[in-house]
Amino acid sequence: MVDLSIKIHELELKNPVATASGTFGYGEEFTDFFDPGALGAIFIKGLTLKNRDGNPYPRMAETASGMLNAVGLQNKGIEHFIENIYPAIKNYNTHIIANVNGSTVEEYISLTEKINELDHIPAIELNISCPNVKEGGMAFGVSCPSAIAVTNAVRKVYDKTLIVKLSPNVTDIAEMALAVEGAGADTISLVNTFLGMAIDAETRKPLLSTITGGLSGPCIKPIALRMVWQVYQAVKIPVFGMGGIMNAADAIEFILSGSSAIQVGTANFIDPQISLKIIKGIEEYMERHGVENVKELVGALED
Amino acid sequence: MKRIEDLSVKNISWLNSNSYVLELSGTKAIPDILPGNFAEIRVDHHPGVFLRRPFSYLDVDEKNNSISFFVKVVGKGSRKLGTLEKGELVNVIHPLGNAFSIPDNKKVLITGGGSGIAPFIMLGRELKSRGNEITIITGGRSSEDILFSEEFKAYGEVLCTTEDGSLGEKGILTEHPIFTKDNFDFDLIYTCGPEGMMKAVAKIARDKGIACEASLEHLMACGFGVCLCCIQETTEGNKCVCTEGPVFNTNDLKW
Repeated sequence: MVDLSIKIHELELKNPVATASGTFGYGEEFTDFFDPGALGAIFIKGLTLKNRDGNPYPRMAETASGMLNAVGLQNKGIEHFIENIYPAIKNYNTHIIANVNGSTVEEYISLTEKINELDHIPAIELNISCPNVKEGGMAFGVSCPSAIAVTNAVRKVYDKTLIVKLSPNVTDIAEMALAVEGAGADTISLVNTFLGMAIDAETRKPLLSTITGGLSGPCIKPIALRMVWQVYQAVKIPVFGMGGIMNAADAIEFILSGSSAIQVGTANFIDPQISLKIIKGIEEYMERHGVENVKELVGALED
Repeated sequence: MKRIEDLSVKNISWLNSNSYVLELSGTKAIPDILPGNFAEIRVDHHPGVFLRRPFSYLDVDEKNNSISFFVKVVGKGSRKLGTLEKGELVNVIHPLGNAFSIPDNKKVLITGGGSGIAPFIMLGRELKSRGNEITIITGGRSSEDILFSEEFKAYGEVLCTTEDGSLGEKGILTEHPIFTKDNFDFDLIYTCGPEGMMKAVAKIARDKGIACEASLEHLMACGFGVCLCCIQETTEGNKCVCTEGPVFNTNDLKW
């Protein structure tokens, strides 16, 4: 029997496979397909203090080997989550991790304080990288001083595991990673989506109502993998890697590049059972390569 | 309960130059499918096709564990599906979405534009079995687009419009004389087709105080309520066409 468990800061994951925020709802949407309790962790849909309707339709465009989205953090707000969703998911046999969004530092703090009171949420993922909101979001994650400011502020009010989700839309990803590590992040997750756009040549119109949106899917995988590797070299804290993971081989590549655990995102839309298949695939890979403990693979890239 | 499964291509029959019926069958009993439900079909091994494609069920054959879809070729995905060989496996997530409401012993009007007729074969059968008096209008650019008239005749009166006048009344669907008759009176109107057509039908229904249900087709990435891409603006905020639709009461839409 191979050992898939891995500890990330204070989080004991039964395996290194988690689902990415915004691609797995609150987990409930997948129970017809498999038991979400099989996962290492679930990063739930991004939360904000108040209800957000998100951006107008159309907010999705299929692209070569991927898709653009401009959802814009549609959710009913933290109070609705606490009253109507949290009770149904809190006893899943896995870690529920909240993805936290704000348009100001104060909003990030207020939201974090509310989530801190929920006993069954052992970690937050500070989203400073959403490309689809006018205020906040990625604006915090593309400059070191603002990333430091928001991470510092949230760190002061939050003692559980603090994960900071980085934007790939920066010149130097390692510099951003070092900045949030210095500001108190326990772990880093990357990458969020790449800012992109799509046009219909016939009509000369953009395909998204917001013109630009976030690119995800296998088309971003090589860039995401490179960024994870650069961050792994730069920081001492563990990394959740993601970006276009479609199968177990992709997941293992991310682990070899330095991810202690991975997040499956866009692939959930195409195969809702993919995370389960990836867990099995990692297990098979380890058996085939005589790897007893998945920790041995983290950053085990050979020359 | 929705499920994910591989079904095999039983038959593909082309109806005209750009549309066909895709029939899939499995070894297990098919799930309970209601008129208005849809399926997300994966198109494998085709460059440029990344996401599944949503299709309304055309019909269900419980005896033979088979389901069929009306597919109009609009892009790479729908074209590729039409080239599959008999016996090839297709991955399907289904059934998805809500369903049309089915009254008893009422007078109903069905309006289908182009490929929007797809869900109405199943709906018509169910409506007829519940004692409803049915009128069906289908609209298209030319006679080539007017499909399934024989099937619809089994349910009630069948009317049609074509923009070039090659069959039925010349003009767009809502220009059919039935809409201006003094005795235009229905308890419920169903509509599916291009958005402009559905909006025009919804307006007629609203003006005459008749309930109207529209089946919407929006771009979607997942089909089961997690990507939040297929949203429709409603009086209660944005709703997902895939889980809270595709059928909406048109009074709830900001049309």
